[in-house]
Amino acid sequence: MSWLKRLSQGLKRSAGRLGEGIAGIFTQRAVDAATLGELEELLIASDMGVAASGKLRAALAKRRFDQDAGGDAVREALAESIASLLAPCERVLAPDAAARPAVVLVCGVNGTGKTTTIGKLAARWRREGKRVTLAACDTFRAAAIEQLEVWGRRAEVPVVRGAVGGDAAGIAYEALTAARARGDDILAIDTAGRLQNKAVLMAELEKLPRVLAKLDPAAPHAVLLVLDATVGQNALSQVEVFLQTVKVSGLAMTKLDGTAKGGVLVALAERFGLPVHFIGVGEGIDDLQPFVARDFARALVGLEP
Amino acid sequence: MFETLSSRLSAAFERLTKRGALTAADVDEALKEVRIALLDADVALPVVKSFLDRVRNQAVGERVLRSVTPGQMVVKIVHDELAATLGGQAAGLRTDGEPPLVYLMVGLQGSGKTTTTAKLGLRLQSQARKKALLASLDVQRPAAQEQLRVLGEQAQVDTLPILAGQMPVDIARRALSVARLKGYDLVLLDTAGRLHVDAGLMAEVAQVRDLAKPAETLLVADALTGQDAVNSAKAFHDRIGLSGIVLTRVDGDGRGGAALSMRAVTGCPIKLIGVGEKLDALEEFDPQRMAGRILGMGDIVALVEKAKATIEEEDAKKLADKVMKGRFDLDDMAQQLAQLRKMGGMDGIMGLLPGVAKAKAQLAQANIDDRMISRQEAIIRSMTRRERRDHRLIDASRRRRIAAGSGTTVADVNRVLKQYLQMSDMMKRASKLGEKGLKRHGLAGILPRPR
Ligand SMILES: Nc1nc2c(ncn2[C@@H]2O[C@H](COP(=O)(O)OP(=O)(O)OP(=O)(O)O)[C@@H](O)[C@H]2O)c(=O)[nH]1
Ligand SMILES: Nc1nc2c(ncn2[C@@H]2O[C@H](COP(=O)(O)OP(=O)(O)OP(=O)(O)O)[C@@H](O)[C@H]2O)c(=O)[nH]1
Ligand SMILES: [Mg+2]
Ligand SMILES: [Mg+2]
Repeated sequence: MSWLKRLSQGLKRSAGRLGEGIAGIFTQRAVDAATLGELEELLIASDMGVAASGKLRAALAKRRFDQDAGGDAVREALAESIASLLAPCERVLAPDAAARPAVVLVCGVNGTGKTTTIGKLAARWRREGKRVTLAACDTFRAAAIEQLEVWGRRAEVPVVRGAVGGDAAGIAYEALTAARARGDDILAIDTAGRLQNKAVLMAELEKLPRVLAKLDPAAPHAVLLVLDATVGQNALSQVEVFLQTVKVSGLAMTKLDGTAKGGVLVALAERFGLPVHFIGVGEGIDDLQPFVARDFARALVGLEP
Repeated sequence: MFETLSSRLSAAFERLTKRGALTAADVDEALKEVRIALLDADVALPVVKSFLDRVRNQAVGERVLRSVTPGQMVVKIVHDELAATLGGQAAGLRTDGEPPLVYLMVGLQGSGKTTTTAKLGLRLQSQARKKALLASLDVQRPAAQEQLRVLGEQAQVDTLPILAGQMPVDIARRALSVARLKGYDLVLLDTAGRLHVDAGLMAEVAQVRDLAKPAETLLVADALTGQDAVNSAKAFHDRIGLSGIVLTRVDGDGRGGAALSMRAVTGCPIKLIGVGEKLDALEEFDPQRMAGRILGMGDIVALVEKAKATIEEEDAKKLADKVMKGRFDLDDMAQQLAQLRKMGGMDGIMGLLPGVAKAKAQLAQANIDDRMISRQEAIIRSMTRRERRDHRLIDASRRRRIAAGSGTTVADVNRVLKQYLQMSDMMKRASKLGEKGLKRHGLAGILPRPR
């Protein structure tokens, strides 16, 4: 299956309802203020937030539609607006090819899918012929290390682990030393989930890049923040605080295979303009897709890619 | 976030200046802002709509308490309806019935089921003295069963020994028979995370339900969830039949609107909240507190409640008359102080008046606090009636007597008198402002300007 097809399939369920709703609105009436209002509400219902939805509505209101313009024309226009907002975020995660290894630090709040995403990434990089090591720096959560080790076996990459309850920064340091000695291409570091309002835990996270930089001043080369598609407006605060703490360089959004629409990405794009590298569309090892703005936008409003 | 919301709402409410009963236009104006506030708090749109319809019906025609603004009145009505929708009284877990009682934990991926299972086992075993057995039916997520085993060990709650390769329904059956054999009171079944649109996995957990006939089927859901909360909660309820909801990550800084969404679409009570990753971080759900958090205006609500209880409209009217006539004696001052104290001190009364922030700053500068209020009351009580009517009688020797009588010093007495003079000066200024001005500027308009 092509990735494009997988993406649209992953998004289909969530987009379907939105699409139907829009079709319902526009096949029956011309585009007037009331209709725009209903459309705006559909965007709000996708977690886009009141502000971003309002802006899109305003952009759409400026456009001219035939008196008898159907839902499709309006949907096309809406998808266009969303796509152009998201387009700057469409950037692949390309870990520095010269670095041996390029260090990718993965962080986020609890349960968003960090460990799973690392497993999927490792498999992906392996397919590209890269040598990969994983570092199990979540020493807090019960069986977090074992979980990453299972993913390591699935992706056939080594996992550096330490003692339960051990110092995450120490393990990261050790893992980088080991990956270096092996001449690896990529070291991916799994960290414990933490809520962004927990200052102590954020301070712990902040320590990781500092320790890594002792071995390689350029490390970490990328910092991936993993967001859960079901999240609401709190995502804005998550990105803001993680960005401050560890200079997040890009986002991944998981669980887009459910009915959650992930519309908050639009608000995030407006506010932070961070790249969105990947979307997660399932629990399997292949259920990771590059983020494609146009497809995401079209799928979001229920249009075919 | 709370701050901006609060100020945006009060800006909208200050526009509502009419007295008496709330008109439809008043309420609609205020609810426009409440709608945005609720959406920003992640309450799902359909829930926001039906909720606001209910509030609108209740609010229109409601009489505005004399001492509060119509906007504050609307906040109070919104809050009360919010708390009522969230559940009125806190609901407990079912612990009666033929042992072993089964609790079935379900929910989306990563919502906190496994952690909550262990927390609940710990709580019931230590607080309700129930012997609990934890069993993981999660054959999907890597090391899920190991995770529950470790947590059980930490909580000192038994876990069902792991048998590799066994399927969820079989694990459930084994858990039940072990529990019967070994005399456990409770079996907590942790399940794999699943999407509500995954028909296969939903059927599987329904099968487990049919087998285990749980006393509680708890949806474990993330408090940070957005609009999708209505879809997932409704689907879980329709397919499996929930008895309650456990909201996790309430220790985050999310506004928690999902609580209202899920409660509204399932009708199920929110029974517990997770407030941390540690195993003792499980608390009772408090609808009042949650309502305050979602709305973000707890202070105003509390103040309106206090105002209701303490402000005697008669008193207020009398004072207003006196102020208007420029007559204000030490008795009036004592009465004012008593009311201040009853209403929870300076912070209390100021919330009732517009222009709060400004007045607060001025008062902070003037060093007025609640202990001082009691001392001042004592001093005024030690004066004779005649002295209270006419402060000019109070000479040096009377001051010494009053100080001795109230257990204070002459300097304290002097300070009260000086403050009285300032206050009556303020009252004169207030009477110049007129009744309208007094309402518009509130305390800030009559307090002495900081020098
Ligand atoms: N449906 C679906 N489930 C996912 C996806 N990504 C991760 N999950 C599931 O989400 C749950 C949590 O994933 P983890 O990888 O353990 O999340 P985490 O961020 O590492 O969690 P903590 O380390 O506890 O903070 C698991 O059950 C995963 O299988 C996805 O894209 N779609
Ligand atoms: N801060 C905080 N973290 C929590 C809370 N409850 C659970 N967590 C964390 O959330 C993450 C996921 O918790 P799990 O118990 O593994 O979630 P789950 O629902 O069993 O996940 P799956 O089995 O993969 O579907 C872990 O990192 C937990 O420590 C809570 O109330 N507050
Ligand atoms: Mg993890
Ligand atoms: Mg689990």
